[in-house]
Amino acid sequence: MLDLRLLEPCSLQSSLAACADPQVLGAAPPTFKLPAVADLDGFQKAAVQMVKPAKGTTTLAFVFKHGVIVAADSRASMGNYISSQTVKKILEINRYLLGTMAGGAADCQFWQRNLGTRCRLHELANKRRISVAGASKLLANTLYSYRGMGLSMGTMIAGWDESGPGLYYVDSEGGRVEGKCFSVGSGSTYAYGVLDTGFRFDMTVDEAVELARRAIYHATFRDGASGGVASVYYVGPQGFKKMSGDDVGELHYKYYPVPEATVEAEMEDVTTS
Amino acid sequence: MARYDRAITVFSPDGHLFQVEYALEAVRKGNAAVGVRGIDTIVLGVEKKSTAKLQDARTVRKILKLDDHISLAFAGLTADARVLVNRARVECQSHRLTVEDPVTVEYITRFIAGLQQKFTQSGGVRPFGISTLIVGFDPYTKAPSLYQTDPSGTFSAWKANATGRNSNSVREFLEKNYTETSGMETVKLAVRALLEVVESGGKNIEIAVQTFDEGLRLLEEAEVEEIVAGIEAEKAAAEAAKKGPPRDT
Repeated sequence: MLDLRLLEPCSLQSSLAACADPQVLGAAPPTFKLPAVADLDGFQKAAVQMVKPAKGTTTLAFVFKHGVIVAADSRASMGNYISSQTVKKILEINRYLLGTMAGGAADCQFWQRNLGTRCRLHELANKRRISVAGASKLLANTLYSYRGMGLSMGTMIAGWDESGPGLYYVDSEGGRVEGKCFSVGSGSTYAYGVLDTGFRFDMTVDEAVELARRAIYHATFRDGASGGVASVYYVGPQGFKKMSGDDVGELHYKYYPVPEATVEAEMEDVTTS
Repeated sequence: MARYDRAITVFSPDGHLFQVEYALEAVRKGNAAVGVRGIDTIVLGVEKKSTAKLQDARTVRKILKLDDHISLAFAGLTADARVLVNRARVECQSHRLTVEDPVTVEYITRFIAGLQQKFTQSGGVRPFGISTLIVGFDPYTKAPSLYQTDPSGTFSAWKANATGRNSNSVREFLEKNYTETSGMETVKLAVRALLEVVESGGKNIEIAVQTFDEGLRLLEEAEVEEIVAGIEAEKAAAEAAKKGPPRDT
C-alpha cells in the first residue's frame, strides 16, 4: 500500500514564511519532499495514470445538410480490463440536445445531467429553449471553474436550435470549440479517416447514419479501448432520434463477410480423404 | 455588521409597505415620461426640465441605452436610475457572454424589477425611487415590447404608458387615442400625449425613437419643434373646423 502522505505539498505559507526568515535567506533554496520509493519515474507515471483516466473510447459527431449525426461505441476499459461493453455514451440532455461521453464516465454523466437541469431552468425563466451555443457555454464555464481539480471530460454538445444545427466540443481543460465535425477518444483517429473520406454535406439522413456507423466500426476494429455496440443518433428540427445500435462484431461480418465456399471446400477435402 | 440588519421596509399593521408607497410619491414628483409601442417603432418621450444656462444639456439624459436593441426611460430620482441602469447594462453583457445571445426585453425587465424588489426586502437599504419604461425589440422575432417597472418590483407589458408627473392624465389621453401606429404616427402620438401635461415647445420635450434596424435615435431639438408645430397646426385646424365658418352679421 503506497504511503501517499509524502505527496502532500508543503503549504505555500510555510515555505514563503521560511523564505522571509532572515536566518534562512541566503541559505539553501526551498525544497520539496520526494516520495520515498526506489523508482521515482515509474512511481510518477503510475500516479499520473491513476489520477488522469485515459479517454478510451470513440465518439463522433458531424453537421450535415439535414442536421447533426452523433455516434459512439460502448466499451469501458480500466487499463487492460474491459469493464463493460454496454456503456451508454450518448447522453440525452433534453429532447433536442445530445451530449457524448469521453473521459471520466461519472464526470460526464453528472455534469451533463446538471446541464440538463440548467437548460430546463433557462427555458422556464425565458419561455424559450436555450440555444446549443448557450448550453455548451454553460457547461464550458462550469468545467472551467473546476479546472485543475481533476475532472476529465471530452464531450460534444450537439443539437438543433432556432439557428439550425449546432455542434460544440467542450473539455475539462475549459476549452470550447464550435465545429462541423469532431471525433473524440482513443479511436478518434481511425474514425476521422473514414469520416473525412466519406463525408458529403448534402448526404441523405440514411447515408449519414451509415457513414457514422462505419466510422465507429473501423475505430473499434483497430482500437483496443473501443468496442461493444455502435450507437448512432440523428438530431433534426423535430429533436433527436436513435437510428441504430449494432454490435460491432456483427458489423464486421456484415461489411466483410467470410466467403462460404472456401470453408466448405476444406470440409469436403476432409470427408472424402 | 449588526447595525445594517434592521429592515427599513416593513409591513404596517394594515398590510402596506410604506417605504414603497413613499417611493411611488417620489416617482410622482419626477418629470413625466411616456412610452408608445407601434408596429415597427417604439417611442420614448420625457419632459425636459429647462436646463440652467451654464449647464451642458447633453449630460442630463433621461432616455438611456441598455444595449443596442433595448432602451429605458424613467421618472423619479436620477441617481437611483443611474445605479439601476449600470447594473442592467452589465447584466445585458453578462447574458451575451454566458449564453451567446442578446437579452430579450422581458428578461432584462425581469432583472431590473427583481433588483427593485430585492431592495424592498433587504436590511439597511431603501427602495429605488424610480419607475422605468423599458422598450426594445426581440432579437429573433423582431416583436416590439414596452414594459413598465415600479419601486415595488412589479412589472407588466403595455401598449402605451406614462409615468411621473401627471401620469394619470397622460394615460387617460393614451387610452382614448391609442391605435396601432407605425413610424412617424407613433412619434406623433407620443408627442401629443406628452403635450397634454408639458408646456408646448421643443425645448421642453425629449423624444427618442427605437427601431429594429437603427436601434435608438434621439431626435434633434429642431425635429421635435417641427413635430410639435405640426401637431399645433392640426389642433388649430380641428378647432376651427369645430367652430364652423364665421357667422355673418
